[in-house]
Amino acid sequence: MSAPILEMVDIEKHFGSVIALAGVSVSVNAGECHCLLGDNGAGKSTFIKTLSGVHQPTHGEIRVDGQKVNFSSARAAIDAGIATVYQDLAMIPLMSVSRNFWMGREPQKKMGFLKWMDFDHANAVTLEEMAKMGINLREADQAVGTLSGGERQTVAIARAVYFGARVLILDEPTSALGVRQTANVLSTINRVRNNGIGVVFITHNVRHAMAVGDRFTVLNRGKTLGTAVRGEVTVEELQDLMAGGQEMVELEGSLGGTV
Amino acid sequence: MSTEGSVGTDANVDERIQQRSTLKRLLIRPELGSICGAILVFVFFLLVARDSGMFSSEGTLNWTIVSAQFAIIAVGACLLMIAGEFDLSVGSMIGFSGIVIALMSVTWGFPMWVAIITAFIVALSIGWLNGYIVVKTGLPSFIVTLAFLYILRGLTIFLSIATTNKTIIGGIKEKAEGDWLASLFGGKIFTGLFSWLGEQGWISVFKGGSRAGEPIVDGIPMLIVWAIGLIIFGHLLLTRTRFGNWIYAAGGEPQAAAYVGVPVNRVKILMFMFTAFCATVFATCQVIEFGSAAADRGLLKEFEAIISVVIGGALLTGGYGSVIGAALGALIFGVVQQGLFFANVESSLFRVFLGTILLLAVILNTYIRRMITGER
Repeated sequence: MSAPILEMVDIEKHFGSVIALAGVSVSVNAGECHCLLGDNGAGKSTFIKTLSGVHQPTHGEIRVDGQKVNFSSARAAIDAGIATVYQDLAMIPLMSVSRNFWMGREPQKKMGFLKWMDFDHANAVTLEEMAKMGINLREADQAVGTLSGGERQTVAIARAVYFGARVLILDEPTSALGVRQTANVLSTINRVRNNGIGVVFITHNVRHAMAVGDRFTVLNRGKTLGTAVRGEVTVEELQDLMAGGQEMVELEGSLGGTV
Repeated sequence: MSTEGSVGTDANVDERIQQRSTLKRLLIRPELGSICGAILVFVFFLLVARDSGMFSSEGTLNWTIVSAQFAIIAVGACLLMIAGEFDLSVGSMIGFSGIVIALMSVTWGFPMWVAIITAFIVALSIGWLNGYIVVKTGLPSFIVTLAFLYILRGLTIFLSIATTNKTIIGGIKEKAEGDWLASLFGGKIFTGLFSWLGEQGWISVFKGGSRAGEPIVDGIPMLIVWAIGLIIFGHLLLTRTRFGNWIYAAGGEPQAAAYVGVPVNRVKILMFMFTAFCATVFATCQVIEFGSAAADRGLLKEFEAIISVVIGGALLTGGYGSVIGAALGALIFGVVQQGLFFANVESSLFRVFLGTILLLAVILNTYIRRMITGER
């Protein structure tokens, strides 16, 4: 088997005396959904920012196609095909879907010596790409604010895919969503994975992870506690690992297994 | 099962679109409020002040010039506000640039074009500094530019008193005479057309005196040309270019914009510089027209610019607005200010009107914002 598209080996990240990540190893293959599970404070945000080039790791290696890389900026990670979709900051609600979709990479056409934004092309591509994701917009210039939370995540995912992302990092894409919207986003993840894109799905909801994940890694107190393949692990085991074992068992007992 | 089709995503989106009536769709155009306002204002003054000469050629020129002055600074303030920032130092910048031009040309004897170019360079540097401090410290632009409101005003008065012992420096008209750059700010265009219109008897002409037969309005002042040019430039930049998309993005959600590679800080700094540029255009036209620079010029202009922009439908929080709207806001501003004069209304009532219309505009804009983003 060829090298994973993206591989993080024993990543550590220190902020002064605070150790935010104390050894994280995760890899993702093409067409695979790797779920990274962690409770609040486990280091998920730091992990995402390290992977997307916002932070540089203190120790450890990031490899793309088996080659060691150094992401000096968010832009460098994007150029390497690693796109991050943030939970709240994916879209600008006051701007149109089309303007959001092309933000930072607006298509231009020349007229005389001036360059104008090519809205015909931008709108057409936006409508087409959104349709592929199962969202039929009537017009590309409606404001993103009119879309639901799930649809906004989908626009962000469609944008990343269209601009050549090979690995998608999704930061809690389902945590603020209702049941139906969650289902929509999970089916989008499935669709993207079937197109050969690697997905790193970061969540604290084990059931959402179980619905689409191929492999599962638990992050606890800044460390990864090993990776399990689908079918080898149960919801309960993952939940125990996330919460740190013993306490969760006790809690679950007292709550009658409802957690 | 087919009856449950409405549960799917597609139907979900369609439902949403159908809920929005055509009226609401029109309402979320940022310019709508100011278009209605402008029509109302014109109808009102056509009824009230029709016989006062307000709509004769010279009356029209009068309120057009005032509106154009507002428009020049409103375009800069508009783009900056959409980019998510304010500039309260616009008025002080107008006074400062004027004094720079006067000192350079009259007091120190440089050619007019050198003085004007120096004023622009100094203003752009101060605009850059404003922007740089805002993006580097993350402080609200309200505070940073409030500081510059005082710093620049103080420097303006100090510089003019320290060098000339006066706060008004005259003699600029003579220096501007025949200067190629000064004519870009102080001249008139279409003078041939206007004398032809006068000969045809379509606009009023002087009845006697040394200029008998010449039209009273003998051309379009460059101030108006600048206003129209800046409005067109600002509108096209904002709505038709990649950079315009970045202006919206920088004001709408700077972090989200930065994540996808929009150079948010650079956009904001450039908009601060553009605002300073507009203030200096205003100042240059003014000193050449008046023939003098005064240290107290431009007082309160920053608020008038911001009010025009808000009447034009821009959100104070950034990310939404329109240059055309801001220009119409400036037009409403100018027509009402001069119209009350023509209609012989006590001029202090103008401020009452201004405060009222500002309040109404902000309430309307907030409502529109909720409609777009679906907030409660």
